[in-house]
Amino acid sequence: MKNSLIELNNCGVFRNDKWLVRGISLKVFKGQIVTLIGPNGSGKSTTAKIALGILKPDEGTNFIQEGIKISYVPQKISIDWSLPLRVIDFMNLIEKNNINNIIETLSITGIGHLLYQDVRNLSGGEFQRLLMARALIKKPDFLVLDEPVQGVDYPGEIALYKTIQEIVKNIKCGILLISHNLHVVMSQTDHVVCLNGHVCCSGAPKSIIKEPEYIKLFGESLDPTLAFYEHEHDHKHLPDGSIDNSH
Amino acid sequence: MFEDFLFRAFISGIGLAIIAGPLGCFIIWRRLSYFGDTLSHSALLGVVIGYALNINMILSVFIISGLISLSLLFLQKRTILPNDALLGLLAHSVLAIGLVTLGLLSFIRIDLMGLLFGDILAVNFKDILIVWIGGAIVLFFLIMIWRPLFAGTVNLELAKAEGMKPELANVIFTLLIAAVIAISIKIVGILLITGLLIIPASASRNLSSTPIQMAVIASVVGVVSVIFGLYSSITWNTPTGPSILSMALVIFLASLFPWKKLLIFKKQIKLFDK
Repeated sequence: MKNSLIELNNCGVFRNDKWLVRGISLKVFKGQIVTLIGPNGSGKSTTAKIALGILKPDEGTNFIQEGIKISYVPQKISIDWSLPLRVIDFMNLIEKNNINNIIETLSITGIGHLLYQDVRNLSGGEFQRLLMARALIKKPDFLVLDEPVQGVDYPGEIALYKTIQEIVKNIKCGILLISHNLHVVMSQTDHVVCLNGHVCCSGAPKSIIKEPEYIKLFGESLDPTLAFYEHEHDHKHLPDGSIDNSH
Repeated sequence: MFEDFLFRAFISGIGLAIIAGPLGCFIIWRRLSYFGDTLSHSALLGVVIGYALNINMILSVFIISGLISLSLLFLQKRTILPNDALLGLLAHSVLAIGLVTLGLLSFIRIDLMGLLFGDILAVNFKDILIVWIGGAIVLFFLIMIWRPLFAGTVNLELAKAEGMKPELANVIFTLLIAAVIAISIKIVGILLITGLLIIPASASRNLSSTPIQMAVIASVVGVVSVIFGLYSSITWNTPTGPSILSMALVIFLASLFPWKKLLIFKKQIKLFDK
């Protein structure tokens, strides 16, 4: 039997008098890219944090396979000005790495020339590439990417997604990806989970774009030549993402 | 050699400055500048309890400061108040409790000036041992938790997600600060210890470009401040603790000069000559 790297079982997180997410179930296997899509505030980052073990679910269970190497590219990091931190120091944040390995990984994400730069001198896109390089250098078993290409220029974005795919092939890690780029989601992903405070629908990209739930959230206007994730609903949404039971 | 009070003062002050450097850096990075103040406010209660129960003052101060540190961590999780509000709340309530306890135990006479400003010239051989052995233990633990503590300082969630234990490192870190405050009371006093933690680290920030550099330079700045502060205090007969901090301030002011730019500029001139 295939063992999942992580598994969420009907997870819910309750914070500040409100369920941030509820009833989330998903699995990530080795060598698989699972994508979370959904509107702003639909609980994508929260779900990722449950999968990483940062947030403990208030209901349901989260399972993380023991002894696996986990890398995380968070959506946002702000480095305090009081911290003198160079790119090389950031690459060694969790564990010390060989210098050649660092240069090589930085080159893969396109910022090999910035090794000794202060992290706060990097542009938004360069910093995103740094976050990615730091996550890749330890060859993780499970990689969580929370909007990994925000602020990256268009050719860079394509290149970074190609890199991600190559890495999955090479090191056979499982990836949980949060992305707004539906083209990428549909063409390069194995399994799509559509969130709106709960799991709206999930499945292979091709099957999910046909679901009315998906069409309601993302529209039908996508180029049909792309591999789509299709999406089907059997329920209505209120503006906060909860399910409308009135009909 | 150890019979000379001046020599003892130098040795104990240098020991304290070495350990204050890296701890001070973390205090600045984590925006806990008022944390030292909070703990030193709680030291009064520690001293009073030490006198009342007739136990070692350093131990009682460490225990009280440690409890205050842990309650800060507890409050951080339980309330939505920001750090500075919590630190102020703890500092002044513990100071009040200390004063009330002191009032209740009217038989205790405390050298308040000594407690506030310390008396580095009065340290004995035992104090030196406490500073150096205690300091070595603190430094050892700090090096042990350096990586998770630093990773958690940069980004707590990242460190947590990737299998470090930044929260445990936080608890140990706050206890280390409590320990340093306890061992430093006799030397610089509770009013000035925060200064010894923060001023050298601040000066160091202006001179360094990597975290480890900043920690080491902070120690060096502290040691230089102790040496010149003590020297000037003897030359001009000024109070010792404040002289040390004034010297640290002078170094901080000097650190504001754009030395790094000057260095880069020089390199460019050399390149130009070639």
